[in-house]
Amino acid sequence: MRELGLADLLAGVLVLALNAYVLLAGADFGGGVWDLFASGPRRSRQRALIADAIGPIWEANHVWLILAVVLLFTCFPVAFARLTTVLHVPLVLVLVGIVLRGSAFTFRSYDSRRDTVQRRWGAVFASASVVTPLLLGVAVGTVATGRVLAPAGGFRAAYIGPWATPFALAVGLMTLALFAFLAAVYLTVEAGRGELADDFRTRALWAFAATVVAALTALAFAKADAPRMHAALTRSVWAPPLHSGAALAAIGACWALWSRRFRLARLGAGALVSLVLWGWAVGQYPYLVPPDLTIAQTAAPATTLRFVALGLAAGGMILVPSLLYLFRIFKSERALRARPTD
Amino acid sequence: MSDLLAARGQMAMSLGFHIIFAAVGIGMPLLMVLAEWRWRQTGDAIYLDLARRWARGTAILFAVGAVSGTVLSFELGLLWPGFMAFAGPVIGMPFSLEGFAFFTEAIFLGIYLYGWDRVSPRAHLLAGAAVAISGAASGVFVVIANAWMNTPAGFEMTAGRVTAVHPLQALANPAAFQQTLHMTIAAYVATGFAVAGIHAFLLLRDPANGFHLRALRVALVVAVPAAIIQPLSGDLSARFVAVQQPGKLAALESVFITRHGAPLTIGGWPDPDARTVHFGLRIPYGLSLLAFHDPDAEVAGLDRVPRDQWPPLAVVHVAFQVMVALGTCLALISVWAVWAAWRRRSLAANRRLLRAITVAAPFGFLAVEAGWVVTEVGRQPWIIWGVLRTRDAVTPMPGIIVPFVLFTLLYVALSAAVVWLLYRQIVRAPVGPAVAHA
Ligand code: HDD
Ligand code: HEM
Ligand code: HEM
Repeated sequence: MRELGLADLLAGVLVLALNAYVLLAGADFGGGVWDLFASGPRRSRQRALIADAIGPIWEANHVWLILAVVLLFTCFPVAFARLTTVLHVPLVLVLVGIVLRGSAFTFRSYDSRRDTVQRRWGAVFASASVVTPLLLGVAVGTVATGRVLAPAGGFRAAYIGPWATPFALAVGLMTLALFAFLAAVYLTVEAGRGELADDFRTRALWAFAATVVAALTALAFAKADAPRMHAALTRSVWAPPLHSGAALAAIGACWALWSRRFRLARLGAGALVSLVLWGWAVGQYPYLVPPDLTIAQTAAPATTLRFVALGLAAGGMILVPSLLYLFRIFKSERALRARPTD
Repeated sequence: MSDLLAARGQMAMSLGFHIIFAAVGIGMPLLMVLAEWRWRQTGDAIYLDLARRWARGTAILFAVGAVSGTVLSFELGLLWPGFMAFAGPVIGMPFSLEGFAFFTEAIFLGIYLYGWDRVSPRAHLLAGAAVAISGAASGVFVVIANAWMNTPAGFEMTAGRVTAVHPLQALANPAAFQQTLHMTIAAYVATGFAVAGIHAFLLLRDPANGFHLRALRVALVVAVPAAIIQPLSGDLSARFVAVQQPGKLAALESVFITRHGAPLTIGGWPDPDARTVHFGLRIPYGLSLLAFHDPDAEVAGLDRVPRDQWPPLAVVHVAFQVMVALGTCLALISVWAVWAAWRRRSLAANRRLLRAITVAAPFGFLAVEAGWVVTEVGRQPWIIWGVLRTRDAVTPMPGIIVPFVLFTLLYVALSAAVVWLLYRQIVRAPVGPAVAHA
């Protein structure tokens, strides 16, 4: 195996940014899913809790995606060009979803309190929160299939065929289920104790079941649609530790939910989602866009990489304390207990 | 419509939409912070009310700015993969720095909007200042990237591929200084005048209203100085363009023939086939004076540029005239406001000035749009001046008209929603003497 270089390190940072995006913004999307499925006697309290939980932080969470995109086009420009060309259609739909989700959520907070108005924005917010993770998952799943090839043939063959596969769709569904799972678990913590927390506890367990179904479906199709990924996930040396880690996190999260140890459940859920993401990333290493674009091949000149690394270090020194401050203000135990809606 | 044209149209539409919210994202935080600071200084609760109400409007606009900016980041690849594959490593640096500015901006905006009762008043004001600074910084970084497209620097090329990169030289490209300066000031002019115009209008209807009077004062404190220096900054831009992109200056001034002592053409319609400007007003030596501060200086004309490298002349020329005309109006109104303040005339009673400010409310934003048309259309047919042609950078995907129409419809709907929501915020502003002596 060749030595790990700066390009690999930056590819790792890219996955870290995606990891942060999934853990933070993923849960914001999941919140939208539960807004859509709000039900029962506490329906409006559920919606209010979701809105309070994501209100102050969603815009900061969203920036992780931008960081990932910027890192991709600066450090691996050819990979960026290939991905945005071949995945044009799903990415455009993801963008429409991102635009509708963010603006409808904000518009709802500032429009009339009348029920019809609130419900109209809420419907846009919630449905965009379902569609966006699904398509994002389809895009990621497609990369794993190794079909993001230089476009050839007609429109269908070059721009639809690559992502219209059962495997990619199953990954999309799994992403949606995972985001909903994360959100429900986080919301149990936000709700504290009582009936509201129990509402989300039930939802978390259902979402977990859905995740398992989607994951098994994806695995079933992987053999035909994504043979390399399938081989990596079943036969490589790091597969057993990865799978046992994920199993441990999953069982831990479910047990903690069952016994109402919500903070512990949050830890387990976060670990599970992160392991899935890293499994995908490590599974296709050293390829950024399999089957032909590796990290080394697509890497920008070394000077660029060094400057980006310096920039990341400098930016991180501002970013990390600011983020900690934000989360301390709105998400610490005390801040959650002081919330007026509880 | 060809795919190239559709892609250009989609890019222009997306940027033209985003820039409004981006300018607001630079200007509004400053206005909010000034209002809140005045409240802390004077204890006058109306200023606090003002800061809170402006913050609500900003929250709406900021969200649209964030999502439309995300669309742009992807569109760079969705529409121009050839450009990004080439330019990514060279100008990625400002984009990466911009990413961190976005983080700071979004984090502290969250604290500012939702933290009124959660952090100390001092920390709250500082959070607002952090938003104002990082908003300006994100604008500066992205405009540096754009300046690089006008005056590419910091890389070596062999056989059409980038072989060596000097990121600092790319950052410090020749157009960076004048463009970032001009754009940052433009954001304060545009936001300041839009806000001033709204409150001037409401003050005309309700002259005793202390809320609108204070709002107008804060907005003018930002808008007036910015509008007075903007023509100077624009003059600087024009002089740099004359040196760095002489072909662009020739296009925006419609100079067909290279000559010494070139006249300035005001208005008119350039005719590329007849190589002349119809109906223009000519001021002898004007252009040589403006561009080089020397009546005899030689101004390069379009005759030095191969015909297939001319940008669309009429668009660029008219857009430039519009920007300069609007900028002159705003500067004159600003001088008038300074004069009135110096004479210690009461603002609320000066109905003619209030009317002028009301009419000028959209001028700043119109000038911003016109200015970007000058810069971007004036760069055609190049996406990177002299290095890469726009048509060679466009995506191979057919049917770009579909996403173009899709995003246009989406943005029309969003604009309608934003206008409606802001209208709701404004009509709920406090009325009459109730606040005059609050
Ligand atoms: C409030 C907005 C505003 C106002 C009042 C003006 N401008 Fe402007 N102008 C812009 C907003 C703007 C802009 C939108 O911000 C641009 C586009 C790109 C840039 O860097 O600034 C611009 C570009 C721009 C350029 C092209 C720079 C390039 O292509 O690199 C020139 C030559 C001028 N301006 C000159 C002027 C002059 C002589 C003005 C005199 C009144 C003026 N501008 C007023
Ligand atoms: C190709 C051009 C551009 C791209 C790719 C781009 C990208 C973005 C992105 C991704 C965001 C969202 C950040 C967030 O989530 O908070 C954003 C917001 C912003 N952009 Fe742009 N942008 C472009 C042009 C500009 C220009 C020309 C300016 C200003 C001069 C500007 C200034 C801002 C500001 C101030 C924000 C903060 C959000 C707001 O206030 O609305 N951008 N941009
Ligand atoms: C936000 C303010 C901006 C506005 C209103 C604006 C406007 C425009 C317009 C009108 C066009 C179409 C020109 C034509 O095809 O005739 C265009 C093209 C383009 N702009 Fe800008 N621009 C802005 C800022 C930027 C920035 C900051 C960047 C990059 C960093 C950028 C990158 C591009 C690219 C890549 C194209 C497409 C290629 C081309 O037509 O040359 N723009 N823009």
